[in-house]
Amino acid sequence: MALLEIQDLHASVGGHEILKGVNLTLNAGEVHSIMGPNGSGKSTLAQVLARRETYEVTRGRVLFDGKDLLDMQPEEAAREGLFMAFQYPVEIPGIGNAYFLRSALNAIRKHRGQDELDAMDFLPLYKERMKLLEMDDKLMNRAVNEGFSGGEKKRNEILQMTVLEPKLAILDETDSGLDIDALRIVAQGVNAMRSPERAFLVITHYQRLLDYITPDFVHVLVDGKIVRSGGPELALELEDKGYGSAEVDAPEALHA
Amino acid sequence: MRTAARETGSEKAMATVTRRPNKYLEAYGELIALRQERDPVWLRQLREDGWARFHAKGFPTTHDEDWRFTNLAALAKTPFQRVEKGSVAVSAQEIEKFRVPGAACQLVFVNGHFAPELSELGNLPEGLEICPLERAIDCGMVGAAPEGCAPEGIEQHLGRYADVRRDVFTALNTALWEDGAYLRIRRGAAIEQPVHLLYVSAGAGAEIMTHPRTLIVAEPTSHAAVIEDYVSIGAEAAFSNAVTELVAGQDAVVSHFLVERENLAAFNVSTLRLEQARGSNVASHSILLGGGLVRNNVHPVLSGEGAECLINGLFVGAGSQHLDNYMLVEHAQPQCSSRQFYNGILDGHAHGVFHGRIIVHKDAQKTDAKQTNRNLLLSDDARIDTKPQLEIHADDVKCTHGATIGQIEDEQLFYLRSRGIDEVSARNTLLYAFAAECLDRMQEPAAREFAEGLIRERLTELARNRQAAASAAAAEEEAQNWEEVR
Repeated sequence: MALLEIQDLHASVGGHEILKGVNLTLNAGEVHSIMGPNGSGKSTLAQVLARRETYEVTRGRVLFDGKDLLDMQPEEAAREGLFMAFQYPVEIPGIGNAYFLRSALNAIRKHRGQDELDAMDFLPLYKERMKLLEMDDKLMNRAVNEGFSGGEKKRNEILQMTVLEPKLAILDETDSGLDIDALRIVAQGVNAMRSPERAFLVITHYQRLLDYITPDFVHVLVDGKIVRSGGPELALELEDKGYGSAEVDAPEALHA
Repeated sequence: MRTAARETGSEKAMATVTRRPNKYLEAYGELIALRQERDPVWLRQLREDGWARFHAKGFPTTHDEDWRFTNLAALAKTPFQRVEKGSVAVSAQEIEKFRVPGAACQLVFVNGHFAPELSELGNLPEGLEICPLERAIDCGMVGAAPEGCAPEGIEQHLGRYADVRRDVFTALNTALWEDGAYLRIRRGAAIEQPVHLLYVSAGAGAEIMTHPRTLIVAEPTSHAAVIEDYVSIGAEAAFSNAVTELVAGQDAVVSHFLVERENLAAFNVSTLRLEQARGSNVASHSILLGGGLVRNNVHPVLSGEGAECLINGLFVGAGSQHLDNYMLVEHAQPQCSSRQFYNGILDGHAHGVFHGRIIVHKDAQKTDAKQTNRNLLLSDDARIDTKPQLEIHADDVKCTHGATIGQIEDEQLFYLRSRGIDEVSARNTLLYAFAAECLDRMQEPAAREFAEGLIRERLTELARNRQAAASAAAAEEEAQNWEEVR
């Protein structure tokens, strides 16, 4: 059974249709990349999958690990093992970074029937993952993302992913605004998490990130539809020729 | 220079009905008869002045600039009665849930009267004198000092700061007070644990009024914290009209906590008048969680050079609660600093008011005054009126003010939920973070912890109500859809 199965997904915001029939299947262990020009619907797809209410699904269905994802609240999807790294991580003043992540982890553990972790149990795990992402210990007790630099915010997203250990991680333009060093660190976090049980959906505008995270499949999203799918070489081709070329020979996405 | 700004509010304020309240006259008559032999002359004079003032003015209406956003019609028309000592029995068990863990001592007043059997005055810390005010006056009259208390300071301070001409509620309290707490912190004494003053309204079927009077004298270089706490037993409407005078001597450090957690039918007007000597540092923390109509007056006068004052508050209202905060900060001497931070959370049809007035007198050069009021409105019907008012008569001062009104950000809510945190907890977490700004300004661990517990409880209630309302609305919608289908 596929981990994620998107069938004929249509979604709109404010009556304006953005996704116009997306089909995509991800199996556990795979890394897929979605590329496409600005405004093609990449982030909308990520937000719909993370169950953001702003987007209205008008047609289609999505199965996540065999369950109807579109029937889930954001917290339910998260507890089932879906994680989205935000393109623009949100600042939450007044809530400590470590405290927040422990609450999230415990909500997920509780759902899985596991014991909740107290601060003492949680700390070693948290510190270890911070080290993996080369994050300053000082960020631990700061408010979530408050006063973080752009790079720190993105690393904080990946840190959350490495602690929450989702089945499916969606990275929504995690590379945008990162310098090469930060990009390398983020990729390091993602690569450390690659496993046969886990899938990644890496959304990006540039080929650059894929130098560090090699995808198994690359899909091109244009105007709300996947117009082309292929292997990692497709990303390089797009880098050379631009998205215009992808639209010409556009069969409906096929991949199983 | 004088500036006034209004964020909201209609120009056509409705007038409230002012009545000559017979119940108050009745109470005054009873009290005069009762206290005739026992009050010293100066006190009788105070009461008379207070009564004359109240009698002449009556309750203010919304035409009065200081009461623009708060309509007192419901208060004015309710025939509140004074209650004789001991007429309503309250058990220790009923009080248990109101106690503050880690308090140095606790004075309990039931319907305005001291309840020794409910109070805990065990081992008082060195340097702390505490005694019910009525007893201190009575003992002073017969020339005997009550145990652990020296009444000689009372005449010097009582009624010298809270001015009956400024405010009719102060006038009414001054005329009708029967008891309250008298605290004296001796020179240089450091009282580690907070003193808990618990004022209980227990109407037992009647609509009662009380006029608690508290006097706190912190001598030079002393250090103490006092929690003034208003609670109800039962669901009846009660009217608490409290006045507290807090005198901070030179370099004294004092924290005052006002906790309002009465039932939603309660009327609570409290006035905290702070008199600060040179180098003193006073913090006023107001935590308004309960009460139907609440007016919280805080009036510090920085009357010694280099005095510092923190005015910190949180008000949380839902249903039809009306929570009015009236701050009047007077800088009378140079080099003083004042900080006002008030956060409001309003849901349902709740109405909050923040009136922050700063007066910098002519001599108060190098004043540093700051005022911030932040509000979260959780529903379309909740309302906040926030009004800064600066009157500056000195020319070398720094005064700033600011107010914000916002909602819980959908972005933040979604972010928390996308990590697995359910909606109620996520809302609760965000509200708590907003409220915690006030908690972070509290220095005394026991008092802070107490406040934190109360705030958490109240916010959880708010989050639950919201969820219940949402599911009720969803059920209704579903029922309607069903109708349409049929």
